[in-house]
Amino acid sequence: MPAPNTDLLDPDALERARDTAIAAFAAVGALADLPAARTAHLGDRAPILLARRSLGSLPGPEKAEAGKRVNVVLQAVQAAYDARKDELEADRDVRVLVEEAVDVTVLPGRLPVGARHPLTTIQERIEDVFVAMGWEVAEGPEVEHEWFNFDALNFGRDHPAREMQDTLFVAPEGSGLVLRTHTSPVQIRSLLDRELPVYVVCPGRTYRADAPDATHSPVFSQVEGLVVDEGITMAHLRGALDHFAVAMFGEGMRTRLRPSYFPFTEPSAELDLQCFECRGASAEPGGVPCRVCSSEGWIEWGGCGMVNPAVLRACGVDPERYSGFAFGMGIERTLMFRHGVTDIRDFYEGDQRFTLPFGMEA
Amino acid sequence: MRVPVSWLRVLLPGLTASADEIGAALVRVGLEVEQIHRFGDDVRGVVVGRVLDIEELTGNKKPIRYCHVDIGSRVHEVICGATNFSVGDLVAFATPGGLLPGDFHITSRQTYGHTSDGMICSARELGVSDEHDGILVLPPDTPLGGDIVELLALRDEVLDIAVTPDRGYALSMRGMAREVASAFGLPYADPAHLTLPAVGAGHPVRIDDAEGCDRYVARTVTGLDPRAPSPVWLQRRLYLAGMRPISLAVDVTNHVLLELGQPLHAFDLGKLAGPVVVRRAKPGERLTTLDGQDRTLDPDDLVITDDSGPIALAGVMGGASTEVGQDTTSLLIESARFLPVPIARASRRHRLPSEASRRFERGVDPELAPAAAEAAVRLLVELGGAASAGATDVDGHVTAPPLRLPVDLPSRLAGRDYEPAAVRRRLQDVGCVVEGDDVLRVTPPSWRPDLTGPAELVEEVLRLEGYDTIPVRLPTAPAGRGLTDAQRLRRKASRALAACGLLEVVIPPFVSEASLESLGGGMTPPRLVNPLAETEALLRPSLLPGLLAALQRNVGRGLSDVALFEIGVVFPGPGSTATVTPAADGRPSDDDLAALNDALPPQPRHAGLVLAGSRSGRPVDWADAVEAVLALGRALGLPLQTRSVAWGPWHPGRTAEVLLEGGRVGFAGELHPRVIGLLGLPVRTVAAECNLDVLVAAAEVAGAVPAPVVSPYPAASVDVALVVADGVAAADVEAALREGAGRLAEDIRLFDVYTGPQVGEGRRSLAYSLRLRAPDRTLTDVEVLAARDAAVAEAARRHDAVMRA
Repeated sequence: MPAPNTDLLDPDALERARDTAIAAFAAVGALADLPAARTAHLGDRAPILLARRSLGSLPGPEKAEAGKRVNVVLQAVQAAYDARKDELEADRDVRVLVEEAVDVTVLPGRLPVGARHPLTTIQERIEDVFVAMGWEVAEGPEVEHEWFNFDALNFGRDHPAREMQDTLFVAPEGSGLVLRTHTSPVQIRSLLDRELPVYVVCPGRTYRADAPDATHSPVFSQVEGLVVDEGITMAHLRGALDHFAVAMFGEGMRTRLRPSYFPFTEPSAELDLQCFECRGASAEPGGVPCRVCSSEGWIEWGGCGMVNPAVLRACGVDPERYSGFAFGMGIERTLMFRHGVTDIRDFYEGDQRFTLPFGMEA
Repeated sequence: MRVPVSWLRVLLPGLTASADEIGAALVRVGLEVEQIHRFGDDVRGVVVGRVLDIEELTGNKKPIRYCHVDIGSRVHEVICGATNFSVGDLVAFATPGGLLPGDFHITSRQTYGHTSDGMICSARELGVSDEHDGILVLPPDTPLGGDIVELLALRDEVLDIAVTPDRGYALSMRGMAREVASAFGLPYADPAHLTLPAVGAGHPVRIDDAEGCDRYVARTVTGLDPRAPSPVWLQRRLYLAGMRPISLAVDVTNHVLLELGQPLHAFDLGKLAGPVVVRRAKPGERLTTLDGQDRTLDPDDLVITDDSGPIALAGVMGGASTEVGQDTTSLLIESARFLPVPIARASRRHRLPSEASRRFERGVDPELAPAAAEAAVRLLVELGGAASAGATDVDGHVTAPPLRLPVDLPSRLAGRDYEPAAVRRRLQDVGCVVEGDDVLRVTPPSWRPDLTGPAELVEEVLRLEGYDTIPVRLPTAPAGRGLTDAQRLRRKASRALAACGLLEVVIPPFVSEASLESLGGGMTPPRLVNPLAETEALLRPSLLPGLLAALQRNVGRGLSDVALFEIGVVFPGPGSTATVTPAADGRPSDDDLAALNDALPPQPRHAGLVLAGSRSGRPVDWADAVEAVLALGRALGLPLQTRSVAWGPWHPGRTAEVLLEGGRVGFAGELHPRVIGLLGLPVRTVAAECNLDVLVAAAEVAGAVPAPVVSPYPAASVDVALVVADGVAAADVEAALREGAGRLAEDIRLFDVYTGPQVGEGRRSLAYSLRLRAPDRTLTDVEVLAARDAAVAEAARRHDAVMRA
């Protein structure tokens, strides 16, 4: 190792080294060139660093004096370096990153977009509303035996009520097999298979020999609710329906019952939903006419009633001890209200443009 | 049921409510008003005129008359194309500036060389009836110049009401008036309360089938003027109620049917031979019905006979041999109660729904027959100059015992309190006789055969008190178990397929034979007896036909890149006829329930998908289908495997059968070019279908996932390239490597496939990267090489794999 060159500690030499370093940093034009300048002027072999290393060979009083000088110079050079680095980085940020910019709206489409059908997602949503109340989800076959679809539901073998539902019959003729005309046979299966009390909701596909048009489809979906327990009243039916209406259509929605007839309920009622568009305002005196409900304030949603004792008996349930209610409504109708679908055939044509906007959940 | 409001007002003189108010009241008590038709507002400026003279214009293609018509204030000249009126007749004359239904404005115009200053109207042009054979000639006492709208009472409203099948009594003005009276608190006089005159013995009648008929009233009339027309009011009522006027005798029976709800039939008494008998048809008997059809009767058909054999299909349609004709002067009026079941069956069997059968199917009041017959006789006497001749009443009907109704049952079922007095009053409102206190003994009225139990009585109380008075209370269920595992897994399956970039569709399950044949045929799905379209009479045994049709529909609509999936029930095999038909009056035996369920066809739920066009910027290929199915398996926690297969509608070299623990659960890959050609699908269409029920069932029992041991020691990577014969599947080679490397193999990945001169004809090189790691130490080079060699040795043993030099 050569002897320390204490000439480097000369104040003039130090100042020259400082000025040279500061000038060199200022002369660096690109961030990439800065490390080389740093090595030259702040590296181990740079004059100032060599000067500091030679301090050790000086006697005590001189050493303190020279050390102070070296440090002042070193700090100035370091500050010049830091300042230049900041400048060059700032420069890169405004210039280089701009040069690298892309149009982020131009996507290669590496992840293909999928979506679930609204009939699926709304069915899950409906299930969740009732599951949250402690009900369970019941299911049944789509090709059903007439005993479940009609007989046990108190449709007499020759009663005209059977003809209210244009049934699609499954061969062989007279086999008693039908495509279920409603989800009500699931009521029967639930009462036969489950322990009492029964609180179930049964969504599913149903079929009738309807020629397709904007509001009719031979394939459609229903959701059925059934409660059989001790002390169940029609007030409970109204409570469940109002709760469901609010869950589907928002706070404040109400339902209305109108007397009607179904073989499997007695008393029976048509179920109307407060018009989701005008909230009934169009039917008030002076109300603005409503296209959705024809200014009636209500729209038909489904049917309901208290379970007919004959149905309970057919399932081996004692009607003296238990009572119950049931309701059913079209899922497509519910979707048409909620999402403004105007033609029921859209649900069943398999056009992917229809599914796409619905995403993953209802 | 069409209910003219004017007719309601005749039956309920105190009724002042408007048609809209009446409609709203009926809706509240459970009668659905579908529409309110308004008549008469569309007729203006039509007055009574007298025909002064008629000049027949000749030289035209059809007869044309030039007439003068006096309307009192002035005389109009007019051209008319009808010829059924004479000089001196009173007619309905539409003056210029007037209006006829259909927004038809009357103006003065030039035609056939004359001015036609108005129009002589037919009944149809006025909207009075469907009669359009000629001009409406008015009775001679009609006031000249009078307003036709007032004189013919053209201004009217008709409520069109949908009547539910339990309410047969509402298919009559009598029943409707009772409901309206109850709704408005009006006094109600039953139009069927008629004093029956003493009449001599009538035509002999015998009921041989008590199951089919429990009452038969026969009234005979003689001396009917066969040319007596139905008066305008009668025609008008029938027209408003939706029936066509035909002749006085028929119109009268129809009027009674509409007013009282009792179907009547008029036989030409002169054509009857011997006693009237009600019985079932005998095998081989035939009957020509009034519609001219010669029908073979079924031994289950209830018929009316005389000595000649069947003369009517009871309660459904009369026969041609005893039809009332233009020279009929004596009639037998049948007013009977046929029971619902035989009438429903016969009407369906012969495809003959009629106004009569509709009412008999729903139940007709057994007390009504004599009054209805009397009402008809009175009209025939009054309007047709007939004389009442004889009456027969064979009455076999029995009254059901009173129903027992705990007076608090309505309150218990409604969830609110009704005063006992209110319960009694509401039951009396509908015509019940009510006795007793705590437990009421209720005798329903004869016209309410639907009131058969306490629940039906409760409904009457609740609906008349108003459903809107029932409180709203949320039922509290016991703690539920939430969704079942299967239900949660099915949701996952649907989400997983959507997450693969597929769009879910729901396709009707009806498929054609042809579409199944183009997929290879050999399937035996259930067939529909009455399909919507004969060409789609089968239920789908697979999701593919529907998905492929949807694919085509999307392509046809200009969407070239299509990716669809469906989860739905399929029907791979036929059902059968159950060996039992349990009654519905109690829980069937477990054996009977099992027999019913065994008759159902299998109905597994499948998941299917189809893709065509491009995806992620490259053409769709077989791997898109296979990867989607594997993703579905991963979502359910199932390690599905694939194996090359040549089967059915699939491309023999680009299709995988999907395996779960060695069992086939589906297929995925490219469709056979032959199928693509037959169905006209986009080239390289790919698809997959698997049995979701099987997957879900396996996932349900799969249990908890065992956690892996995550070793902190360094991994060693080693690559091997193996040359194998073309037929050897990469997945099988990988399995051999894994087996051979043993527990140290953390990951094995295929990273290159090479074919070419360097490996030789019929062979390919598969390059794998092995990541090896021990759970408890850093592997030595010796260990790594040993593991690699063991892996390669196993591949060599199983597949003759050779390390590539």
